[in-house]
Formats: sequence, C-alpha cells, structure tokens
Amino acid sequence: MPETTPEPAPGPTASALRVSVDLNRCQAYAQCCYAAPRHFRIEGREALYYDPAPSAADRDAIEQARIACPVQAIHVEDPERSAP
Amino acid sequence: MTDAASSAHAVVVGASLAGLRGAEALRRAGFAGRLTIVGAEPHPPYDRPPLSKHVLTGEVPAEATRLPGLLALDAEWRLGCAASGLDRASRTLRLADGTELSYDRLLVATGTRARPWPNPHEGRLGGVHTIRDRDDAASLRAALAARPRRVLIIGGGFIGCEVASACRSLDLPVTLVEPSPTPLARVLGTHLGSVVGALHESRGVDLRSGAEVEWLEDDGAGRVARAHLAGGGSVEADIVVVALGAVRNTDWLAGSGLSADPGGLDCDKRGYALDEAGRPDTRIAAAGDVARFPHPLYDGRRVALEHWGHAVEQAEHAGRLLAGHEAAAPYAALPTFWSTQGGINIKSVGLTQGADGLAIVQGSPAEGRFLALYGREGRCIAAVSVDCARWLPAYAAMIEARAPFPPIRQGTDQPGHLPVLPPGFPEKPRR
Repeated sequence: MPETTPEPAPGPTASALRVSVDLNRCQAYAQCCYAAPRHFRIEGREALYYDPAPSAADRDAIEQARIACPVQAIHVEDPERSAP
Repeated sequence: MTDAASSAHAVVVGASLAGLRGAEALRRAGFAGRLTIVGAEPHPPYDRPPLSKHVLTGEVPAEATRLPGLLALDAEWRLGCAASGLDRASRTLRLADGTELSYDRLLVATGTRARPWPNPHEGRLGGVHTIRDRDDAASLRAALAARPRRVLIIGGGFIGCEVASACRSLDLPVTLVEPSPTPLARVLGTHLGSVVGALHESRGVDLRSGAEVEWLEDDGAGRVARAHLAGGGSVEADIVVVALGAVRNTDWLAGSGLSADPGGLDCDKRGYALDEAGRPDTRIAAAGDVARFPHPLYDGRRVALEHWGHAVEQAEHAGRLLAGHEAAAPYAALPTFWSTQGGINIKSVGLTQGADGLAIVQGSPAEGRFLALYGREGRCIAAVSVDCARWLPAYAAMIEARAPFPPIRQGTDQPGHLPVLPPGFPEKPRR
C-alpha cells in the first residue's frame, strides 16, 4: 500500500519558506512591511497582503518581520531549519 | 491515560487547516503514539483565504498556499484518499481506496465542500466554476487570465464578493446576482450590506440585488453562454462562478451512528462527537467547519462556524482533548473572521444572527471607516469593523462580557446621541 507523503517543499522554489498570518490578530501596524517590504504590504487602509512562499534567500527579512509583529500574528516554516 | 501510551493510534480525518493544527495540538499535548492524517485532496494542508483573493488575481500561485507546519509532526499522510465510512464498534475507518485504518482516537476535520449549482447538467457546463479547493482556484485563475468577456457571480456572500473584487482588480466586466436586497445580507444585514454593495458598484461591479438566476444556457458546444434571471432578462457571461455557500462533509459518517447531517457533526460542549442518542463518543472529537457545537456565549445555540480562526482554535482544543487533557471549561472561543474586498478590510467578532439592533459606535459609513455593534435583547452580541480594526478588540471584550447594548450613548467621535438602527436581516434564511 503506497504511503503518500506531503510534497517535500512544493511551490515556486524548492527551498521556499512558508508564511501564514493570522489576519484576525493583524492590526495593520505594518512593522512587517518595513522589515520585509518585498513580502508584506498594506492594501488600502489596513488590509495586509503577504507572500505565503517567500524565497529562502530572504529568510532574515522574514524573521525580522515575524519578530517585529506587535501582535505576533506571523507564522513561518523554514524547511532548512528545525521546526520551532 | 493508557491511550496516550505510545501504542495508541490517532487518526485525523481531514488535511486542511483544522486537521493540521489539530494534529500539531495532539503532539504538543504529549501524544506519543502513531499519528495518521487522511486527506481527500492530493495536496498537503494549504491556506484557503488567499484562494478567493490574490490567487485569482495571479499574485499568489495556488501551490504557494501550503500552510506552514508549526512543529515536527512525525505523522503518516494518506493524501488523495477520502474517508468513506466509519465503524465505531470495531474502531475502523474505511478509505475510498478500500483500505482500512483502526483508530484509538479520531479527530473529524473534514470541513465543507462548495454547494453546487442545483441543476447538475448546467453545473457541468464549461465555464461554470465553484471555488473551495486549491484546484478550483487554479482553474478559475486560468479562466480569468484568459480575459473572459464577462464573469457572472451567483451569490453575494463573502466568497462571491471577494471574487467580484478580484475580477475588478483584473479589470474584467463582472455581474453579481444576489437574491437578497444587498450583498452580505445574511451575515451583516442589509444596513451594512448596502454599504458594501455601494463600494462594489463604485468599483464597476454590475450588482443585481434582489435578482435570482433561474437557469444557465449553453452555447451549443457545452460551454455556458448566458444566465436567465427569474422574472425575465438575461446576462451574457462566458464564466459563471457559483458562490452559494458550503455543504459540510459528513456523508462518510452515514451508518456510523453519529449525529451528523449536511449541517455538521454534533458535538457536546467538551468537543466529543455525539451519537444519534445524544451520547458522547469519547474517542472521537470534531473541529473546524464540520463541527456543530453548543456555543456557551450564545446560550448553547448549536453552531457550525466556517471561520479560519475557529478552525485553528477548535482544532487546538480537540487535539488536547484527544491527547487526554480535558479542558476545565467548554470550548467558547469568540467567533472571528475577516474579509478583504474592494480594497477594504471587513472584520467581525461574535455572531450577528438574531440581532435586533445596530449602532455605528466608531467612525461613519460616509467616511468609509466605521465599527458597527450588533445587539440582541439589550446585550452586545457582535461587532463588525470596516477599515476600523484597531477598535475591534475593545468591543470583543464587551461581547464576551455580554455588556449592555448599546454600551455607550455618545461616542467621542460621534456627534450627539447614538441611534440604534435596524440591522436589516432577511426574514428567512435564503435557500
């Protein structure tokens, strides 16, 4: 019986990070937009857009964004680092 | 508890947000046994909110929505293989490929599917879409990228409105047909629905409120060509998006003896699944869209909530429960959701259903940012913010405390007395 496993790292690049933001918590403080402007932006007055699969090359900026969020709404999975 | 021993087998049925976070909660709560996650779709857990927004505009590829794992799960994945039956006497889960899994603990997180167009033949015409799964979104994205002449959206709920918004962002002609007097009438009432409807019209959406699609006509070659409206008239459209809400995935529970129907799987206030006699099966819990449970904040009314935050929180509750940590208090998380459409951010806490009054307590619809508070029988029951999210936590606290409604008679940014308005919910739920 074949065991199906999740794709190891599907998406645009094999080593992409995975980001999700709890938009119930998000209050559009926009600190992520300063930390990682290529991957987070505010649309309109307070709707956060984020890139769910940023390049692993941008991990430092993404980590800065995660840490800087005043309501700690950003979750990141980095396939090349151990799970949090 | 002996089940928490390493010989126990926990099975999570459903590999979306609730299934993933529930599995993580099991592990976090110390469950050390075998863990299997069963998913009907071939994809690992992905996030659905972007599917009706930036996936449709092409900014986010559908496959980029895979959810981050928050800890190492050490799980076996059975993806692309739906659950097809449950035998509780032998504690066996049947899968669509004919195989079986025995379980000691079972988390039901099978979610929902899009409610199809009622006429199956018309629903299968080329160009007719529903949107629920990642593959649905990829297919609709491809259709929109081909620049259709007009997109017709049937149903002005949140998904219908978000799809309409994405179409306008792509500068595609779009018609939205909704039987209620305004979009979002069922959840927000017509008072706020009219504000959102006006926003979409200002962005070029051809909004047909109070109208209903009667049937879809094909072009003679198996593709949709136009929609005929009740009472006459038609809309030419080469893409039709059926956005009529969702049906809960409980068919596979038929014959299991559990109390389940298309409205959900019933749970007790702890989160255990109930059998048809109302007795809990303490090996089975449910979480997310599929779980219907008595909400303590709303006098124990049974609700099944299709909210992202609820899927996370109830799954975490259920995971702990199945790992042997029964909570001291029933699951009572305040319902919350958000929707972005037409460049605005709509956020909600609480449940608006049954509201008998509404007060604009911050800002004003005229300035485009405001917070509406909903009351019922003199208590605050829900709040909806439009580009006014930073006020929401304060009102969430009032709702949790069942504070008197209206809580304030004069707001600092409101001139004079705060009027209580009729929220404008339709007399009967549509469909």
